[in-house]
Amino acid sequence: MWTIIHKMGSPPWFFRISGVLVRWLLPITVMLLVCGALWGLLVAPPDFRQGNSYRIIYIHVPSAVVALAGYYVMAFAGAVSLIWRIKMADVTMRAAAPVGAVLTAIALVTGAIWGKPTWGTWWVWDARITSMLILLFLYLGVVALFEAYENKTAAARACAVLSLVGTVNIPIIYKSVDWWYSLHQPASIKFTGESAIDASMLYPLLLMIVAFYCLFAVAVLLNMRAELTWQHREAGWLRQIVSGA
Amino acid sequence: MQLLAANQVAIERGERRLLAGVDLSVSSGDIWQLVGANGVGKTSLLRAVGGLARLGVAGEITRHGTMLYLGHHAALKHNLSALDNLRFHPACDVICSDEDIISALAAVALAGYEDRPIGALSAGQQRRVALARLVLSSASLWLLDEPFTALDVDGCAWLEERIKQHVAAEGAVIFTSHQPSRFGELQQNLDLAAYVV
Amino acid sequence: MSYSKTSIWQPMSSEVASLSIWGAFARQFMRHCKSLVGSPADAINPLLFFFMVVTLFPLGLGPDPQRLAGMAPGILWVVALLSSLMVSAKLFASDYEDGSLEQLAMAPYPLAVLVMGEVAAHWIATGVLLALVSPVFATMLGLSSAALPTLVASLMLGTLSLTLIGAVGSALTVSIRRGGLLLSLLIIPLNVPVLIFGTTAVSEAVIDGNTVSWLALLGGLALGSLALLPLAIGAALRVSLDN
Repeated sequence: MWTIIHKMGSPPWFFRISGVLVRWLLPITVMLLVCGALWGLLVAPPDFRQGNSYRIIYIHVPSAVVALAGYYVMAFAGAVSLIWRIKMADVTMRAAAPVGAVLTAIALVTGAIWGKPTWGTWWVWDARITSMLILLFLYLGVVALFEAYENKTAAARACAVLSLVGTVNIPIIYKSVDWWYSLHQPASIKFTGESAIDASMLYPLLLMIVAFYCLFAVAVLLNMRAELTWQHREAGWLRQIVSGA
Repeated sequence: MQLLAANQVAIERGERRLLAGVDLSVSSGDIWQLVGANGVGKTSLLRAVGGLARLGVAGEITRHGTMLYLGHHAALKHNLSALDNLRFHPACDVICSDEDIISALAAVALAGYEDRPIGALSAGQQRRVALARLVLSSASLWLLDEPFTALDVDGCAWLEERIKQHVAAEGAVIFTSHQPSRFGELQQNLDLAAYVV
Repeated sequence: MSYSKTSIWQPMSSEVASLSIWGAFARQFMRHCKSLVGSPADAINPLLFFFMVVTLFPLGLGPDPQRLAGMAPGILWVVALLSSLMVSAKLFASDYEDGSLEQLAMAPYPLAVLVMGEVAAHWIATGVLLALVSPVFATMLGLSSAALPTLVASLMLGTLSLTLIGAVGSALTVSIRRGGLLLSLLIIPLNVPVLIFGTTAVSEAVIDGNTVSWLALLGGLALGSLALLPLAIGAALRVSLDN
């Protein structure tokens, strides 16, 4: 167990393994994305109330789901970095933050685009949208804090503390926003998400969620490799790998 | 008695490696001076030894006994009196009575200044209020960063005397200074130039 | 004026007694309290800030009493949150600059406990004080007097969480130049639940609704923050000392 953790903490080992992983994961991700998108956009039936506009959920929902999961990935990496002082965890956390922020932004933008035909307005202070907005703020806070520190080891530590505090807070934020919303808009707007979704629409959605998880993993791995390349630009092992490959 | 053991300590700041392979063993009765040019890492090593700096510090540091650290900043609140500053000192681990503090202030030639706000004292006087902790503390290992700066001749003599008393009473001192071998035979030097990477 | 050449290493008059952890906590609390008495502006300026920002709302929204009264819970709570942001930025700044933080970190007690002494004093000087004078501003906005006790109670509980969250933010940004704005970015999203619970409690009090459960939620948040955040504050301060 310990040797595995220590191996994972070694940049050369990680660099080699992640290279192999990306080589396999990238085509799989692209395939999943293409299949899911085609299935969702062409094969799945139109919604009886929203027509074709609902199809944006095949982007919106997966990005929202993975954005939230991404915060937990980041916070977990932060906890590992705080407890075991493994540098790779710092790198993971740093790599995950911008990817998660972009996914959150995608979820927000697609939500707004979806809102125009559905509710007739670009922005509604709906519970879920508001929660996503706050999640975006949490991500941006981590990114901004990282940039503000000059000493990047200290920056990673600080971001780990912040993201752990955020992790504990996220369920409370979601619940409080939920209550706030139900108090102020007693069931005036409901969308189809509340009712059971038909299997013919659900399966492509699940496929897209899996695809987005893979996308997240690939993006984080590539980001980590870029970060490692920068950190170890002088190191001999990196030169060996790059010239050998 | 050994108070501190540093084994193969390496220090890096950000991406820059400052020192590597530093070995230091401090026992009671020792006076160690960290010697080296500006920027070589004297303060960084002192902070690492005290446990203030943790990131970028590799190697093994074992500490036995309590420590007192005196840095560039005196940790004094300007709107508090000298008495209150020492009474509520953030690092003090013993209960000292007002008489103790007043006599400590008298020892550093500040008798009668107990109730003045620190902000109303001169830089040298503030420094001496900070030095009064050397009388009040029960710590066995002192880490003093440039303790002789901003002190007049009498003050330097007093501090030297105080350090000698401390090591005579089974204590130990690590300090940094630009002035070489203040304590002559009594002190040992750790020249950091030998460990620069 | 001379240094005493003799008797400097006389044992102290009283027996050297070591300080308990609560004694150390109380000592930090007293230190900060005394310091606040020495410069009362630190406690008064946030109140003035609160007062002035509250004044902006009638100017921006119009003087219609009905409308202001309806918005009063939200206005008061948002401004309380803003004023907590303002004071949090200063919380550990002077301790960092004058070396007090180094000494706290060197003390043989958990850093989390020691800084809580300071945070407690800070909360009393800003949060509790604000809660106690808030009825004045609330009345000026036309909030019904029946809601005033709930307002005070909600601010009392809520500012405890706000102060603790603010302390985390302050500890994280204290070593960064111009960290004040960054601090706001970090802690505004974390303060959302406090704002929602606090505003709702006061709004419910206006319509004579269920205030107890919302106050209980605020209390729960405060307890949770008290249990978990001191550790985060201590860890963040150690990082800042290392930066």
